[in-house]
Amino acid sequence: MCDTCGCSDPNTGVTYHKPGEEHAHENPHTHDHEHHYEHDHEHEHGQEHHSHTHDHTYSHEHNHDAHTHSHDHSHEHVGHQHQHEHDHAHDKEYKIKHDILDKNKMLAERNRGYFDAKKVKAINLVSSPGSGKTTLLEKTISELKQGLSLYVIEGDQQTMNDANRIHATGIPVIQINTGSGCHLDAEMVSKAVKQLDVADNSILMIENVGNLVCPALFDLGESHRVVIISVTEGEDKPLKYPHMFHSSDICIINKTDLLPYVDFSVEKAKEYAMQVNHHLQFFEISAKTGEGMDAWLGWLRKL
Amino acid sequence: MFLEKFYYNDHHIPERQKNYIFAIIMHELSIATNIIEIAEDFARSHQAEKISRIELEIGQLSGIVTDSLQFALELAVKNTVLEFAEVIIKEIPGKSRCNKCQAEFGNNDLYTPCPACHSIDSEIISGKELQIKSIFTG
Repeated sequence: MCDTCGCSDPNTGVTYHKPGEEHAHENPHTHDHEHHYEHDHEHEHGQEHHSHTHDHTYSHEHNHDAHTHSHDHSHEHVGHQHQHEHDHAHDKEYKIKHDILDKNKMLAERNRGYFDAKKVKAINLVSSPGSGKTTLLEKTISELKQGLSLYVIEGDQQTMNDANRIHATGIPVIQINTGSGCHLDAEMVSKAVKQLDVADNSILMIENVGNLVCPALFDLGESHRVVIISVTEGEDKPLKYPHMFHSSDICIINKTDLLPYVDFSVEKAKEYAMQVNHHLQFFEISAKTGEGMDAWLGWLRKL
Repeated sequence: MFLEKFYYNDHHIPERQKNYIFAIIMHELSIATNIIEIAEDFARSHQAEKISRIELEIGQLSGIVTDSLQFALELAVKNTVLEFAEVIIKEIPGKSRCNKCQAEFGNNDLYTPCPACHSIDSEIISGKELQIKSIFTG
């Protein structure tokens, strides 16, 4: 079972494609996390099955002798990796205090270290579907590709459409299709980056799956997270989907050319977003007309 | 797999709505599969035949809806070490500290200003937990 999206069917697996190499990088199910169970080997020389051992992050165990109690144990050592065993009637309790997203966090930090060493700035672009992420990327690339080394990872559930659009701008791109998965995770980015062969001193733009909920929880190892909303959405989006705004550094308000035709108050939207995350920095942009692009491009050039 | 089971139980829901619901529970499903993987690792490394109970601590500001997580776990535990385990989810209330006046206050959302000085400049001090607290083997 996939640790990230829950997919177990190869048809819903994650695939990686570069435009023009349609089948070159197809992996029916590329998550290579180990499924150790049922891996017992049979040895002909009469040896018993042996099973694989696994990393134990919990370093040692304290065995409090069989006193039974039904109340909550209050002696938890927060922040320690200690593990306490208690005999609980007949069940044994192990206080493991294991962060559920540990694996993704660890892989994200590994990506971050890799990017740091190569002086690569990774930007995670998140938004609802249809906010104009890909158009913004196309415009950004056409302005920056002369002076800067750029790479793009495209995340979508299905299709090569976005990667093909980026490919047309002439810069290296890889498409991750997550199948039924609703977000990119650190492992997918790690694999995609290897295939992209990102050069030192580059900017790596990662366009996440269009979704304002799930990608908020998954660190990719990016240096900055950019949330994009367009003026055709409700100005209260930051309050409705606070986690995404809370976890971002930059907020782009896109499609400002449509402001005369919609009921969207930029000031209200900013106020709501600031309520959720007072560290947010804003750019008001029309990727279509180019209005406001200079400030955004200037920010990217200074990275 | 989960999709099929989920759909199987929900024949009365129109196709379009199913996809919507599926998308909603999807990231809780990711969390559920992470929990199962950690539990499977634990059971192997401790030679535990079965896990009778698992206790989770989920912060109210973590972005995880506990009801959805319960539901996602029910879908996902089949044929795993958690299939017959009792799942206990403890919600950890959100708590923040104001950076202006240092007041501490409870908040179950990410946008409540400080009730004392109304500043929006505050830091979360608890409520982001996504943790397996205990595993019981039996």
